[in-house]
This record gives sequence, C-alpha cells and structure tokens, in this order.
Amino acid sequence: MKLKWTFLTIIITIATVLTGCEPLLVLDPKGPQAATTANVIWISIITMAIVVVVVLVMLTNMLFKYRASKQPDDYEPPHIEGNKYVEGIIVGIPILIVAFLSVVSIISTYQVEATPEGYEDQEPLVIYASSSNWKWHFSYPEQDIETVNYLFIPTNQAVEFRLYSHGTITSFWIPQLAGQKYAMADMVNTLHLAAEVPGDYMGRNANFNGEGFAENTFNVTAMPQTEFDQWVDDIHATADPLTEETFNELLEPGHLGQMTFTGTHLEFAPAPEGENGGHHHGSPDDSEEETHDHDDEHDSDSEETEHENH
Amino acid sequence: MEFFERFAVPHPSPMIYASMVAIGLVIIAIIAGLSYFKKWGYLWNEWLTTTDHKRIGIMYIISALLMLFRGGADAVMMRLQTAVPENTFLDAQHYNEVFTTHGVVMIIFMAMAFIIGLMNFVVPLQIGARDVAFPRLNALSFWLYFAGAMLFNISFVIGGSPDAGWTNYYPLASTDFSTSVGVNYYNWALQISGIGTLISGINFIATIMKMRAPGMTLMKMPMFVWSALITNAIIVFAFPVLTIALLMGTFDRQLGTFFFATDNGGMDMMWANLFWIWGHPEVYILILPAFGVYSQIIATFSERNLYGYTSMVASMVVISLLSFLVWVHHFFTMGQDAMTNSIFSITTMAIAVPTGIKIFNWLLTMWKGKIRFTTPMLYSVAFIPLFTIGGVTGVMLAIASADYQYHNTMFLVAHFHNVIIPGVVFAMIAGLIYWWPKMFGFMLNERIGKWAFWFIVVGFCLAFFPMYITGLDGQARRMYTYSEATGFAPLSMLSFIGAALLAVGFAIIVYNIYYSFRNSPRNIGSDPWNARSLEWATHNPVPEYNFAVTPEVVSSEALWDAKKRGHKLFKNKIEKIHMPNNTGWPIIMAGLFFVFGFSFVFFIWSGVIISGLAILGCMAYRSFKQDDGRYIPVEEIKETEDKFGGANE
Repeated sequence: MKLKWTFLTIIITIATVLTGCEPLLVLDPKGPQAATTANVIWISIITMAIVVVVVLVMLTNMLFKYRASKQPDDYEPPHIEGNKYVEGIIVGIPILIVAFLSVVSIISTYQVEATPEGYEDQEPLVIYASSSNWKWHFSYPEQDIETVNYLFIPTNQAVEFRLYSHGTITSFWIPQLAGQKYAMADMVNTLHLAAEVPGDYMGRNANFNGEGFAENTFNVTAMPQTEFDQWVDDIHATADPLTEETFNELLEPGHLGQMTFTGTHLEFAPAPEGENGGHHHGSPDDSEEETHDHDDEHDSDSEETEHENH
Repeated sequence: MEFFERFAVPHPSPMIYASMVAIGLVIIAIIAGLSYFKKWGYLWNEWLTTTDHKRIGIMYIISALLMLFRGGADAVMMRLQTAVPENTFLDAQHYNEVFTTHGVVMIIFMAMAFIIGLMNFVVPLQIGARDVAFPRLNALSFWLYFAGAMLFNISFVIGGSPDAGWTNYYPLASTDFSTSVGVNYYNWALQISGIGTLISGINFIATIMKMRAPGMTLMKMPMFVWSALITNAIIVFAFPVLTIALLMGTFDRQLGTFFFATDNGGMDMMWANLFWIWGHPEVYILILPAFGVYSQIIATFSERNLYGYTSMVASMVVISLLSFLVWVHHFFTMGQDAMTNSIFSITTMAIAVPTGIKIFNWLLTMWKGKIRFTTPMLYSVAFIPLFTIGGVTGVMLAIASADYQYHNTMFLVAHFHNVIIPGVVFAMIAGLIYWWPKMFGFMLNERIGKWAFWFIVVGFCLAFFPMYITGLDGQARRMYTYSEATGFAPLSMLSFIGAALLAVGFAIIVYNIYYSFRNSPRNIGSDPWNARSLEWATHNPVPEYNFAVTPEVVSSEALWDAKKRGHKLFKNKIEKIHMPNNTGWPIIMAGLFFVFGFSFVFFIWSGVIISGLAILGCMAYRSFKQDDGRYIPVEEIKETEDKFGGANE
C-alpha cells in the first residue's frame, strides 16, 4: 500500500509543478460569471476533499488494524448486523453535504443565467454568435457589423450572446469569462457575461462537431468602451458589406481565419428565434420571409414537443 | 463492380489495410487450426449450441476480453496521438472514428458483456438453480450480442467506422454531416445487441424471482444476486428507449424521416433526451453488478458478514429509481431554464447519498475483520478510494453552474473513467479472478496477478488524473490535436505513459491465464478462498447440473452457515436431474440478424427481405417445436460426483 501513496504524492507534486507556472483557465476568471463558477468549483473541491479524506482515513485505519497478519490465528471476526445509529450517521451527513451543495448549485445557477451582478441597470450589448462547420460568426446588430472567428467586446459592459448554429450542435465557451452553452439550429440560447479585465481570451466550440472540431476556436479581445467604439468606426470606414452570396460561401465547411464585414447576416438569414424559431412559445403567425425554412407549419405538434421538452 | 464500391473504406490508411490483412490471416488461422485438430464438432456441440449458463457466461467473458483489447487498442492510439502537440500519427477523421468506436466498444461490447457474463455464470449458482429460467433464450441473447459486436467491429474495414462520437448526437449523425455508412453500423450493431440485452434482462428477472433454492427468501439472497436483480429491472425499463431511439435514427438516415432533423418538424434535442434517458440508467446497469461483486469479495476476504445488508439493498433500489431522474445533467448547457437545471442538479447529487451508504458499509465490513490481501481484494481495496474520487467529482459535475465549465472537457473524461475503470473494470477483473476456480478448476497465479494489479492501478492514476487538470485548463474532449501554446503537452504525455502501463497490466493478466493454465495445481477443493456464499458449496469446476442435490439455505451466507454453524445444505437423496437440450437455433438466428443488419447498413434490400423472412421463419418454427429437455440419470450424477471426490454434504 505504501507504494501507492508515495505514487499519489508524486503525481500531485508533478501536477502542481507543471501547472504552477500559470493558473488554470477556468480558475482564473476575468469577469463576474466566470468568477461565480470558479468560486463554486473551489467550494465543491474543498467540501469534497473532506469526504475523500474521511474515506481515506477510515480505509487506512481498517487496513492497518484489521489485516490478517496482525490478528491471532484463531481470531474469528464477529457477526455484526447493521446498526441504526451508525446508518443514521452515514445517511445523515451525506444528506447535509448534498443539501449544502444543492443550495450552492441553485443560487449560482440562477446567477450565471442572469445579467451579471452589478450590471442589472445597464442595457446589455447584444451579439449573435452563430456557428457553422467549423467557424463562428459574430453579428453585432446595433453596431451593424459582423466578424468571423474573432470577437471584440467592451470591458465593464454586460454582453448578451444569442447563440445558434447553421448546422451541428456546438457549444460556445470562453472559459475565463463564462461557462458554456449550446448553439443549435432550431432555437436560440442566451448567454450572459461581462469582462472586467482588458485582454485576449481563448474562445472555442467545446462540443464535438466533426472533422474540423479541434481548430473550431475564436479569439476574444476585451477592451475599454472607447477603444471598442473606435474599432466599430474603423470597420465602417474600411470593411466590405456582407452580402447574402458572400455569407453562403462562408457557410461552406472550412476554417477561413478572421474576417470583418459591415452589415449582418441577420438581415437576410435571421436567427431561429421569435417567429423564425423552430421551438418557441410565441405567436404562431407564419412569417413571409423566404429564409424561413424552420418549421413552416406551426402546428400543434411542435407546441406539444416543446412542452414535453420542459 | 459498382455493387462492391459501397464496401470501400472512405478514409483508408496503411493501418486499416494492415488490419484487413491481419483479420484475414486470423480467420484463416482459426479455420485451419480447428480443421487440423478436428475440433469443429467439439466447438459446435459443446460451445456454439450450448444452453448451459456457465458456458454462455464464459463465452460472454471471452468476447468481453476480446473487446477490451479492441477498445484498449483504440485508447492507446488516442493517447499516442495526443501525447505530443501537433502529432500526425492519426488525422482528424481517424481520431474521430477511433474515439467513437472506443466508447461504443468499451460500454456496449466490453463492459455490458462482462457483467452479463459474470451474471450468467454466478447468479444461478448463487441461488442454487440448475440454469436460468429460459436457457435457449439465454443462448439467443449471447449470440445476438455477439452478432452485434461483430457487425460493429467490421465497420472499420468494410464501409467505414461511425465517427459521430458514442453519444451520436444529431444533426452531426445525420446524413447531412455523417455521409459514410458508419452511423448505420452504429444503429444496427447497437440495435441487435440491445435486443439480446433486453432478453437477458427478462430472463434474469424470471430466474431470480422463480428459481431460488428452498429457504432463500429475497432478503436472504447473496448481494451479487440482489445487484443482478436490480440491474436487470433497470435493463427492462431502459433498453426499450434505446431500441426506439435507434429505430428513429435508422428511419432518419435510411428511410428519409425527420425525427431528429432540425427542420420539417424534427428536433435534434430529442435524440439527446432519448439517448440519455437510456444512457444514464445504463451507467448504473454497469456499476450495480460491480457493487455486487465488491460486496462478495470484501466480505469473503475480511472474513466478515457484509455490514448493513438491508441498507445495501435499499440503497441499490434508491439508486435504480434515481437513475431514471437525472438524464438532463448530461446536457445542462442545452438551454433549459435555471429551474430545470436546479431540479436535475439536486436529483443527481441525491445519488451520492445511497452510494455513500455503500462505501461506508464496505468500510464497516472490514471493521473487526481479518483482512487477507488476495488479488481480488487488492482491486476492491483500490476501488474504494479511487471510486470515491470519481464519485465526488461526479457531485462537482452535478452543480449545474460549475458544469457549464466542465461540460465537454477532459475533466468530464477524467470523471467517467474514474468511476468506470475502478468501479466496473476493476470489479470485473476482481470477479473474474475470484470466480476463476469455479469456472476452470484452477486458480490464477497470485504473484503475477499482483504485478498486473499494480501496473493497472498506477497506469490508471497516471492516465486519468492529469485530465482533471487539463480540463480545468480549458482542454475540450475529442480534440485530435492541440498546439504547444496551450500547455497541455506535459500532462498529455503523462496520460500516454499511464495508458501504456494499463496496456502492460492487461497483457500481464493474459500471460497469467496462460501461465496458470500450465502450472497451477488442480486439486484445490471446492472452496479455495474460504468463501461464504452458496456457489462455493459445489465443485470446481462446476459440473453441468451445478448441484447434485438442490441445497436448502437459511441465510445469505449459506456456505458459512454450513461451515461454522452446522447447517446442513444438502438434505435430500440424489435424484435424476432435468436439463435443457443443446440447440443450434440461437446461433443460426443471430447469424440471420447479422445478415439483416449488414444488408440494412448498405441498403441491400434483397438481403434485408430474405434474412428478415428467415428470422420470422425461425421464430415460427421454434414456436411449434416441442423440446422438453432431457434427464441426467442418477448413476451418471453419482459417477460425476465420485470423480470430484464425493458429493459435497
């Protein structure tokens, strides 16, 4: 047994040394949402470490005290049935731990699903992030610009991402700013975040979507509001407008690198939300738009499926 | 030629061609060997047509070990590819195929087969039965599983492997994005072996409910039997969901429906829901029998009765119910509201409570015991802390907000390997070593076994603990490569070294089987471990009829009662024993299912119709065929018992 513990110590040491140089991305948050998840992770690690230590101590104790080589040859272990009090303890304490973590889970889940704390009064910046094999398209409807595979956001500003996909299910993830959420072809998901430290952050699709998955990444740059406004103005001065034709070419499978356009694809290829959505609770009026190929007939079937899904 | 073009591999590589040659050579070698040694008759009469639960169990286990090496080869290839950044050993497409088949093979064709194999061998012995309730159906279960496994395994040389992950999410798995026949193989291989599993589920419930020895009430069943009963109940409720989901997937891909499409009224999210409504109970189908195995082994080698029998049973019942109420935690990130996620977060964490009860009961079983560190016990002792780590990381994943950061990362990969390897795989190896003398009449070498154990435990820790760290550092799972700048390289190399050690450990187990077959003594008596439950009251290896006389029991530890309290297990005289006949129909039907599945995968409708009709024909024929089995006469039983040195009494 000794070998094992020595060995475990070695692993932990190696791990600490290897990762000691830089903090792990998820535990190095740069905004309130990621800070919440990082705190929750630390709380759960500490709580769970207590459980592991208790089990380890009990196990080591049993193994050393009751090994056959330590017992007299004629020792006959007793017959012991369960005991109400002992079983009360081994049920009761885990229930307390689970109850505690449940409260943590509920509070934090509501927190990360809402506008970041401290930004409630602000009008959020809305960005549509849509994925196609194997790229990300970022549409800024208010600024009337669109980028491919890179994202600029102002710091200290609530950002509301509207996520959807032009094909496979992908998962939008900027570990240092917020947790993931799926982007899917038949509905729009919302993700809230805010960056509080200017800098470059890694963003990627975390959900496997075929051959180009590993490189399905994007770069996030957070900068002060004035620089962000400057950047928007520069684009309007220099970039080409995004036409439907160009956009359809962009959707072809591939990687492309970073691109910038004025205008957004939402004008001619709207996101699957509101009356364009495949699964929404809104009014069943049919839209006239040509691109409206998601669920043309808003019949009762789709409504029913929706309810089952919740 | 046009007809044959469909069988070409869409993404060929030298490795795949080498595999084709290797498969061809192995098949030729097997056929030549069987012919040369004139073993065809033996193979057909004694194994392929058998209805003996012990032989079917052993065939399941052999198949599971084969699949372990297939899935293990996939695993080593993956770790080799990611050992260094920007590696070019596998390209993206091959890597995707390899992790897809690794997942499917390990879960469906390795772990499932292993647990059903052990259940087959052990359950009837532990309840003092002659066989399972429906022996012919049992043979059909095995052969359907085997047909499914073979169908899945030929995919990479004929037509192309599935490449959409073992979770096979739509729309990625639809014909829009997965254009080869790979996902068709996935649908049909899982469908055929799934039917086999479902039949097993019904068979074992009937066996355990109706065929227990006199005196064995439900609360006097050995813990492994309890775990088998609950597992099979889960199978019967969960597998029909998979059957239907796969059928809908097949309809979408091959017959033009839109169940899981993102337009025309379909919904891709429905696949995720259906898959996990089966998929989560599935992980408890795997882990509960493992819990049963550990309960037997820890009690035996602590020389103590299992602590808290009633709470052990109750906790398994609670786990089986909760297992159906947690599936949403596999996709917390799919956009449900915070309320939905909170509810599923709580139900998921609640499973920690019954699981915790079990952990503490095992610890308390060792308390005041007399612990012997045999190889099976070493695996059980390593299981407790390692599974606890896997379990607590599961609780961490259950916190919905934190899961948004763990989801789809190596942290998750580390977690589920951390529960499945120390949980299921250790249990299966430990169970195999523990019951090996029952199966084959000799013991596996302990010293070599302990070498394998250390390689496997150390290899496991090295391979998977680093993934927790890279996961938290933002490494998504299923990436075929990464750049130097990410900093994943050193830990990934460590993972590869761990995988290599694991491979060595499994190779040592195989060597141990060979070594022990050659060198182990055969005169080991019926109870070499000083065990407690009923299966150790009959001979090693177990005669065809299991017990010459039906035993009578008064507790879950029948043999211990006989050894220590003077309980008389066998009270009656030897009488003739009713046994089932061998039958070739199960293997023939499974062969037809294979042809049916293969034809369907490639849209060969003539093959589908002919084999489909033939399957119906077989079923009709079987329905009208009377086969009442046969009797083993008293003299023959006495002769066998004398050979073993007299009846156990």
